[in-house]
Amino acid sequence: MTSDARQIVFKNVSKFYGEVLGVNKVSFSLQPGITSLVGPNGSGKTTLMNLLTGLIGPSQGVIYVLGLTPRQPIEFFRQVGFCTQFDSFPPGTTGYDFIYWPLRLHGFGRDQAAKLTNEALERAGMAQVARRRVAGYSKGMRQRIRLAQAIAHHPSVLVLDEPLNGLDPMARAESIALFEAIAKQGMHVIISSHILEEVDRISDRVVLMSSGYVVAEGQIREVRREVQDHPMQILVRCSNAARLAAAAFELDHVVEAKILNDGHGVLVRTRDAEQFYLLLNKIVSGGLVEIDAVAPADDDVNSIYQYLIGSDGGPA
Amino acid sequence: MNAQDLVARAQKWSKEQPWRLFGSQISILVRNEVRRNLFTRRRIWIYLLALIPALIILTHLIVGKYNVDVAQMEIDTQVLAGIVQLYYFRLGIFFACMAIFTWLFRGEMVERTLHYQFLVPVRREVLVVGKFLAGGLVAITLFETAVFACFYLTYARFGSAGKSYVFDGPGLGQLGSYLLVTALACLGYGAVFLALSLLFKNPIVPGVVIMGWEAIAPIFPAWAQRLSVTFYLKHLCPVSLPVIGPLAIFTIVAEPVSPFIAVLGLLCLIIAILALSCFLIHRMEITYTAE
Repeated sequence: MTSDARQIVFKNVSKFYGEVLGVNKVSFSLQPGITSLVGPNGSGKTTLMNLLTGLIGPSQGVIYVLGLTPRQPIEFFRQVGFCTQFDSFPPGTTGYDFIYWPLRLHGFGRDQAAKLTNEALERAGMAQVARRRVAGYSKGMRQRIRLAQAIAHHPSVLVLDEPLNGLDPMARAESIALFEAIAKQGMHVIISSHILEEVDRISDRVVLMSSGYVVAEGQIREVRREVQDHPMQILVRCSNAARLAAAAFELDHVVEAKILNDGHGVLVRTRDAEQFYLLLNKIVSGGLVEIDAVAPADDDVNSIYQYLIGSDGGPA
Repeated sequence: MNAQDLVARAQKWSKEQPWRLFGSQISILVRNEVRRNLFTRRRIWIYLLALIPALIILTHLIVGKYNVDVAQMEIDTQVLAGIVQLYYFRLGIFFACMAIFTWLFRGEMVERTLHYQFLVPVRREVLVVGKFLAGGLVAITLFETAVFACFYLTYARFGSAGKSYVFDGPGLGQLGSYLLVTALACLGYGAVFLALSLLFKNPIVPGVVIMGWEAIAPIFPAWAQRLSVTFYLKHLCPVSLPVIGPLAIFTIVAEPVSPFIAVLGLLCLIIAILALSCFLIHRMEITYTAE
């Protein structure tokens, strides 16, 4: 135990496949909650998850998960569940056996393993088809049975590589609700996904990756602040758009003020959002313009991603 | 650190290990692997490899059942020894073990399922032992059955004379030796191929090299011969084959050792190779795209 027993810590981690870079000099620590790994195909998300769970070893650096490493597998894998994106299963296995036998390897007795298996199947919505062979499952069912296996032993850290792939909208919503419920219990949920809107909505923080590097990490708003030099877009719905645009242009940090087509709002691009909000307060108190609504127009993962690496991040 | 400290440390370490958990994990791994390896259509050619000699002897028994000469029994005993030493040790068990044991890990890499084994709270050494025992159980069950069938069919055709050879003569002892040697051959080759599958992505070529080494080892110095599986097996065979022609290289015993030393030596070799496998498994990474 060399690190915080509640954190996931990457210290200067690099992984090279021969001369090919997997990830390079990654350092961050994660608190409990939902963390999303976001990045385009080949950015190193899966490599990072495989490093985290010991499926591959780092070329440099160290990784601690709740103070443990995969070199202590008995303690480590009682705490960690990993739903990989490998869509392959042991030949001939049924959904039930796929969850039951790993639980027996955890050391659970027959009854306890059966109880946990049924519970996981229920949570993943797979109880009805559990006795069928996995080979006959649809893609969404295979995804859910993998998820059921990952959560069956009640891990403290749940790692999910593209967990929403292949799921229909209802199953997707149910899975997201499940992740949120797990995170609310004080656990770590680490998700990689190219469906940015969904991870944006449920994430406590993001790790943005590009070409093997972590380009930004933290809460979505914190990450946004890290890119101060890039103008932020703020949408203001108001009664007198022309006057607001004129006032905004007088400020040095405002680089653009565009009146909306309907004439009832302005899209402002500014390098200092706080100063702009102060201006809005003055305008409102002066009674010059009636403000209906103010909202950041690009405070989501997708926009931040575009700023940082000039890509929309997916599809992976 | 003196010897006493070392012993105390070893005892402390041993007490800290969850041996019961290891035991139950190994039994579960063996169960799953046996189901996966033994009862599968992919293994039909191995069943054939094991049973071909028995089928030939059965044909011989059926065809020649009206022409039984008791004097032939001694020759048939030599033929049986040849089948075990030349066919089973050199080909049948060798290739079956190559297929069974290399598939334990490499097969899972090909099927992209090995990560499931690496994501459970099982030490990788336990995984190696569990898979090795499962492979051993499959190979031993198959080849002991085949050798037993060959033995039974060889002497069954001689009726009461055959029965007398088995129960009143040296037959039963020979059967015991054959079964022991067969089991050791399965475990010996199994350990070698398990290690090769962890060392090489394609263990077929190194497997052929091992086959060559097993064949020519007798012409090397005594210490080098001890690194071959057949060196130990030859000393345990109950019937010597006549040394004739080029096949003599497979039968000569350059430096005789006692059966006890032969068994112990082979078990030590197996443990050493398994220890190497335990070391290698820690370096193994899940990189299916590289397969």
